[in-house]
Amino acid sequence: MAKYSIQVNGKKHEVDVLDDMPLLWVLRDIMNLKGTKFGCGKALCGACTVHLNDTAIRSCSFPISAVGEGKITTIEGLSADGDHPLQEAWEKYVVPQCGYCQTGQIMNAAALLKKNAKPSEQEIEEAMKGNLCRCGTYNRIKAAILDAAGTPVTTG
Amino acid sequence: MKILAPFQKKKTTTVASEVFGVSRRDFIKASGLLTGGLLLGVSFFSCDDKGKKVATVAPNVYLSIGSDGKVTIIAHRSEMGQGIRTSLPLIVADELGADWSKVEIVQAEGDEKKYGNQNTDGSFSVRMFYKPMREAGAIARLLLIRAAAKEWQVGVEECDTQKGQVVHSPSGKKKSFGELVEIAQSLPVPKVSEVRLKDKKQLTMVGKETPIIDLHNIVTGKAVFGIDAEVEGMKIAVIKRCPVVGGTVKSFDDSKARNVPGVRKVVVIKGAGLPATLKKPLSGVAVIAENTWAAIKARDLLEVEWDLGPNADYDSARQIEELRQEMAKEGTVRRQRGDFKAAKAGAKKVIDHTYVAPYLAHATIEPPCALAVVKNGSCEIWACTQNPQGARDAVAEEIGIPVEKVKMNVTLLGGGFGRKSKPDFILEAAILAKESGFPVKVQWTREDDIRHDYYHALSVQRIVATIDSQNKLSGWSHHIANPSISATDDMKVVQPSDGELMLGASDFPYDVPAIRLETHDAKAHLRIGWLRSVRNIPQVFAIATMMDEVAEARGMDPIANALELLGEDRHITFDQELVKTTYPNYGENIADYPWDTGRMKRVIERVAKESGWGRSLPKGSALGFAAHKSFLTYVACVVEVQVDANQNISIPNVYYAVDCGLPVNVDRIKSQFEGGAQFSASLALKSTISVKQGQVEQSNFDGYQIVRMPESPKQIHVYIMESDAKPTGVGEPPVPPFTPALCNAIYAATGKRIHTLPIDLKA
Repeated sequence: MAKYSIQVNGKKHEVDVLDDMPLLWVLRDIMNLKGTKFGCGKALCGACTVHLNDTAIRSCSFPISAVGEGKITTIEGLSADGDHPLQEAWEKYVVPQCGYCQTGQIMNAAALLKKNAKPSEQEIEEAMKGNLCRCGTYNRIKAAILDAAGTPVTTG
Repeated sequence: MKILAPFQKKKTTTVASEVFGVSRRDFIKASGLLTGGLLLGVSFFSCDDKGKKVATVAPNVYLSIGSDGKVTIIAHRSEMGQGIRTSLPLIVADELGADWSKVEIVQAEGDEKKYGNQNTDGSFSVRMFYKPMREAGAIARLLLIRAAAKEWQVGVEECDTQKGQVVHSPSGKKKSFGELVEIAQSLPVPKVSEVRLKDKKQLTMVGKETPIIDLHNIVTGKAVFGIDAEVEGMKIAVIKRCPVVGGTVKSFDDSKARNVPGVRKVVVIKGAGLPATLKKPLSGVAVIAENTWAAIKARDLLEVEWDLGPNADYDSARQIEELRQEMAKEGTVRRQRGDFKAAKAGAKKVIDHTYVAPYLAHATIEPPCALAVVKNGSCEIWACTQNPQGARDAVAEEIGIPVEKVKMNVTLLGGGFGRKSKPDFILEAAILAKESGFPVKVQWTREDDIRHDYYHALSVQRIVATIDSQNKLSGWSHHIANPSISATDDMKVVQPSDGELMLGASDFPYDVPAIRLETHDAKAHLRIGWLRSVRNIPQVFAIATMMDEVAEARGMDPIANALELLGEDRHITFDQELVKTTYPNYGENIADYPWDTGRMKRVIERVAKESGWGRSLPKGSALGFAAHKSFLTYVACVVEVQVDANQNISIPNVYYAVDCGLPVNVDRIKSQFEGGAQFSASLALKSTISVKQGQVEQSNFDGYQIVRMPESPKQIHVYIMESDAKPTGVGEPPVPPFTPALCNAIYAATGKRIHTLPIDLKA
C-alpha cells in the first residue's frame, strides 16, 4: 500500500492503495467516479478511456504510481453540464445503444479533437480503432465527431 | 426437467388487457416504485383460440399521473441497447396524449406476479406488448376525459387529450392531467371494451423517431449499469473457475492470495458439475476483497487443483472433423417433401458443399456482474439481467429462501445478446453474500467472460442442391450437426431441437419439389446458449450462400432466382412436411403470424431498388444479396464489398429493407439494423472460439476479436416498409442475412466461395 496525491477533474485527492492498482479501479472503487467503465483490463477495448494531460489513456492498464503530477480528466470532468460539443453531438445523433462503451468513446474522441480540430474520416477511424462497441454504433460515433468538429456529415 | 430455449417457450397469445384503479396503499405495497396521484395497473390476460379469457396475468404495467401532471410509467423489460425503456412507454404516452417531456420511466424489479413475463429475449417485447400498451394509454385517456367532461358539464365526445392536457375543442377549455387527477380518482376505471384506439394519423410518436430516455445520463457517465451498483460495506469478489466445463475443485492453496492487502475471504463455489445447466454457476474458488484490483490480483495467485472431469480432452477442431465425416451419412429426417434421392438421380447439375461455423462468445462490453445482499432470511440483488424473474427463482432455490424474500433490481445492461439471460453470475453473488455475510459484488473479468460463456455452438452443415434438365431447382438436402442449447441441461440431447431448427432450417421457404432436412448427433462439451438470432446465423449463412450458387448454376440473377423460388404470394406452413418435429413459429400462432411470401418478395424488391442492384462497380467491388425472415420480421440485405489486391475486405455500403409490421420507434429500428450489421460483420470476419484439452483458447479481445471502426461497414441504409400489420421485433432479425450477403458479394468480387466462418481470404 502507498499514498498518492492525484489531480482528478481539477481537484487534488489523496488515496492509499496498492502501487500497481490501475487508475481505473482508483477512480471507480476508491473515488466513486463510475462513469469510467471496465471492459477488458488489457487496454484492448477503450471503455476505460480517460485523459492524462489531455492525452487519452486506458486507465485499466495505467498504474496509479505512473500518474504523478499529471492531470486526470474523466467523463465527470469533461464538461460542467454535459454540454461538451461531443456530448451534444452524441445526443443529436442518438449515438448510444446500450451506452456502456460510450463514455470511453467520448473521452477518446475529445482527446482526438484537442490534437486535431478537424479530423478526416480516416483520421477518426484511426484514432477510434482502440474503442470497441459491441452494439455497433461506429457510424453514428463518426458522424457525431465530424459534427462536433464542424465538418459536414455524410456518413451514418 | 426439460428446459426450453426461450423461443420455444410455451406462450399463450396475449390479446387483451384490463386496467384497474389501485388504491395507494395497495399500490405502494405492490410496487414501492411510485407515489401519489392517479394510479393504474394494467393487467394483460391470455385468451384461448375462441377468444375466451383463460388466465389473468398480474399487472405488467403500472402508470401513475401525479397532481403535478407528471406521468410515470414503469418499464418492465430489460434495457440492453434495443431501446425498449423508450419504445414501450412511448406507446402508452402517445395513446394517452401525454407530454413526453413530463413522462418519467421507472425500471421494474423482477417479479412475475406484478409484471407478468419479463424475460427480455427473442425480440418479442414490442410484438407482445404493443396492443396492451395502446389499450393502457387509451383507458387512462378516457378516464381523464371523463373527469374533465364531468367538471365542465360537456359531452365526452367533445373532448380529447393533447400534450398532457384534456382539451374541449368547442369552447377551447383546457385542463392539465394533474388538475384532473382528483376527479379521475373518484370515477370508475373504464373497461377496455369502452375505449377506441386512436387512428394511426392521430399518433404523434408511434412511427416517428424518439431519442432514448437514457441518452443524457449515458453521455455524461451517470447511467447506472450492473457494474455501477453499490451498497454500504460492499466487497468485491473475483472467481477462479474451472477451465473445463463440468470440472470441480479438488483442492486449493490460498496462502499467496491471502497476502494481498484487502483480501477478506476465500470461498469455494461448488458449482453444477455436469450437466452444467442454464441456471447454476460453475465450480470455482472466489476471493472476496475490499476492491476489485485486490480481488483480481489475489484470484490470479490462487493455486487450485481441479478434477477436470470428462470434458478435459475435448478438442473443437477434432469435433468439427468428426462432424464433417458425419455429413456423408444418413441423419434423422426432420422435414421431407417429395423425393430428394430421385431428384438427385435425375439432376443435370448437383452442387454439394459443407459449411463450418465456429463457437462464438457474446462479449458484451460490460462483463457479467451482480451485487447481492443476504441478511435475515432475505436477499436483495442488483444485476444487469435480461431475465429478472428467472434469476430471482434461481436465487431463491440456490440459497434456500422463499422467492418472495428475493428482491431483484434490474440495472441497465452494458450489452446482453442472450448472455445475460443466464443467472449464473447472479447466483455466484448470492452464494458469496450468504457465505461471507458481506454485501458482495461479483465482477467477471474479460478473461472470465471469454472463457466461461454460454457459447453459440459450432456447427457443420452440408447442403446438396440439384438442378434438373428444365433448369429448375429440383432438390434441396440440408444436413445439420451442432451441439444443442438443450444439452446444457440434458446431456442426453445430441440433436438440434425443434426450436433451433425453426431458426432458418425447418422453415426453408423456397418452392422446391424435393426437400429433405436431416440432423446428426453432436455432443455438447461447453455450456451452449443463445446469441443474438441464435441458429439463424449459421443456418442462413449456409442456405443463402447456397442459393447464390443455385442462381449462378441456373444462369440467373440471385434476386430474380429468389423471387422465382418464393413463388406466388401466399401463406406457407411447414407442419405437414415436418417429421417428428414441430414448428413453434416463435411462440405465435401461425394463423396470426403466417409465413407470407408476398411480404418477403416486397422487401427483396425494395432492397434491389434502393441498392441499385445490378449497377456496375469497379474491379474488386461487387454487391451480394441475401434475404431471411426471423423472429417474424422480413429482412432483405444487399452488401457492397471491396476486396483489394492484398485480399483486405472493406464494406462501403449495406442496404436493408425490413418489414417489421407497424414501425414503433423508427430511430431504434434503424439503430438495431445498423448494430445488427456490425454484429454480423464481427462473426463473418473476425470471431472464433476454439477449444483444446477442454479449455477455451481465447481470453480477451486480442484473441476473440470483434470489428473495430476502420473495418466496420460504413454506410448502413435501412428502409422500413410502411405497414399496419402487427409489429414484430427488430433486435435479432438484422443479424442473419448480412453474413451470407457479404459472402455472396465477395464471390461476385473475387470468384471465391466462402464455406467456412470467419471469412479468411488470405488462407
